[in-house]
Amino acid sequence: MSKILEVKNLRTTFFTHLGEVQAVRGISFDLDEGGILGIVGESGSGKSVTSLSIMGLVDDPGRIVEGEILFEGTDLTKLDQREMTKFRGNEISMIFQDPMTSINPAFTVGNQLREVIMAHSDLNKEQAHERALELLRMVGIPDPESRIKNYPYQFSGGMRQRALIAMAIANNPKLLIADEPTTALDVTIQAQILELMRDLKDKIQSSIILITHDLGVISEICDKVIVMYGGMIMEKADINSLFANPQHPYTRGLLLSIPTNVTGKKKRLVPIEGSPPDLMDPPSGCPFSPRCPHAMEICLKKAAPLFKISETQEASCWLHHKDAPEVKGFVKVEGDLS
Amino acid sequence: MIGYYVKRLLSALFTLFLIATLTFFMMRAIPGGPFTREKPLPPQIIAQLNAKYNLDDPVIVQYFSYMKGIATFDLGPSFKELGLTVNDLIKQGFPGSMKVGFVAVMFILLFGIPLGIISALKQNKAIDHVVMVMATIGVTVPSFVVATLYIYFISSKISWIPITGLSNPLAYIGPAIALSGYSLSYVARLTRSSMLEVLRQDYVRTARANGLSEWRVIGKHALKNALIPVITYVGPMIAAILTGSFVVERIFSINGIGRYFVESVNNRDYTVIIGMTVFYSALYIVMVLLVDIGYSLIDPRIKLGKRSGD
Repeated sequence: MSKILEVKNLRTTFFTHLGEVQAVRGISFDLDEGGILGIVGESGSGKSVTSLSIMGLVDDPGRIVEGEILFEGTDLTKLDQREMTKFRGNEISMIFQDPMTSINPAFTVGNQLREVIMAHSDLNKEQAHERALELLRMVGIPDPESRIKNYPYQFSGGMRQRALIAMAIANNPKLLIADEPTTALDVTIQAQILELMRDLKDKIQSSIILITHDLGVISEICDKVIVMYGGMIMEKADINSLFANPQHPYTRGLLLSIPTNVTGKKKRLVPIEGSPPDLMDPPSGCPFSPRCPHAMEICLKKAAPLFKISETQEASCWLHHKDAPEVKGFVKVEGDLS
Repeated sequence: MIGYYVKRLLSALFTLFLIATLTFFMMRAIPGGPFTREKPLPPQIIAQLNAKYNLDDPVIVQYFSYMKGIATFDLGPSFKELGLTVNDLIKQGFPGSMKVGFVAVMFILLFGIPLGIISALKQNKAIDHVVMVMATIGVTVPSFVVATLYIYFISSKISWIPITGLSNPLAYIGPAIALSGYSLSYVARLTRSSMLEVLRQDYVRTARANGLSEWRVIGKHALKNALIPVITYVGPMIAAILTGSFVVERIFSINGIGRYFVESVNNRDYTVIIGMTVFYSALYIVMVLLVDIGYSLIDPRIKLGKRSGD
């Protein structure tokens, strides 16, 4: 399977008055064509900045300081804004978190849809209108002929997100980035939107990056997962390995802190003690080490490389090193000690 | 919709009625009268003048006869400009004020708004600082200074720019600059801050993420939303600018109505004071209505004549 996206050693930093905020600190991952990759992590872990970096939408004072983002072989970090507009909304699209504020209140839904369509194709206004109707039908908006003339304020939150999804898929993008697309919606609508995305993925044959802090959402639709913390990747795995056999203490902590719904059993949630690292002055070692129950001396000094646990799983934790003490459930592997 | 405009018209008429009434009685409450001089006129002459203009009637009688006149668009005779009615003064002066005012308004819109946008886009860069310093100067330096500097440095040096009057199109430049300085600067600042606010909105990011050109993102998606506070200011401002300025019309010897706003008060020229006030108010009310219509065009959530929630 060929790679549609390869991110290599990406670093994105915000140069604020108070100092440098290192939001993303050297992450590498790739996405197979047709795959659905989940990026999970808590607020401030760098997942949104990663997606904005791919889109070339990191706002001042932020900047990609290092690394490559190869989209079908083209390094997006080398392109200027004008060249990026050919990719954005066309080859790569993005769906944002809050549908209430992400759609322009001053123009009709049809106007905004037609605009995206016409920006990347030679269709005239009538053809674009037809295409817009078709898109609204695809995303499940009832009575598109009259709804297309509506302004966003006449749409509910779920419908706005559907309209924004319609804009995002208007030009059959090869890569669709969804940044917490369901966070601002209520639970029943969340399920519908996820269902819609899964549905559309097959129709338009695109690859998806789904960013969320909700492991439940990840388990429902992704096939691979990246766990981010403090701007770094803690664990990369396929969905089954991650849930069955997490190989990073942070991933374990995350899984333990999900409320389980087993009738009759009273189980306490286990929180992860402490708070996320200050990205202005991140720990020199593993970002999770100050909160990690298994932290060793080396963890505080040096971040672990990604140890390859199996063909489908990698984790950045020193516990996988052959000299590390035995901890139940952690696999020792041969790794290069760079 | 028509019902809405009828309602607006009725409320406008009522407002004008109140303004005329208040101005009438407030002017009468000020000591002195149109024929008070430093060297008093003989009492017989004052009595005769008062009789001629019916100023010897009880105030309430004067009020009703004046209101009757206003109802038929007759603003009465001027006490100072002999032989002329207030209608004549407006007819003679307003075109001059309006023409200069129109050019000034064009300056404000064509320079103020783009400068504000550029400033916002280049926030904290050199050009932003330059524009904002100029805007501060524009707000603080009074129009008579601008007018005098213009005459001294430009129109008196360049022979083909007339210094006074409105004899050729170039003559409008000076008075329009002096008249627009404050508002132009204010509009630039207003546009800048409103634009900065809008550029941070999520839908601007969505427009960028959809691959729209920067021109469309700024000129369409951001600008339309950023204009609301600007329109709020510009509407009433147009009414003020079109009715001229005492200072600017004096310096550039323009035959306008700006001076009557000042002179009529000094002269206790009752009819001119009320006439000017009502005229300005009517223009103001029209502009406010246009602003409301502008809102409804820009923000689809604002529907004229409907309660919110309908």
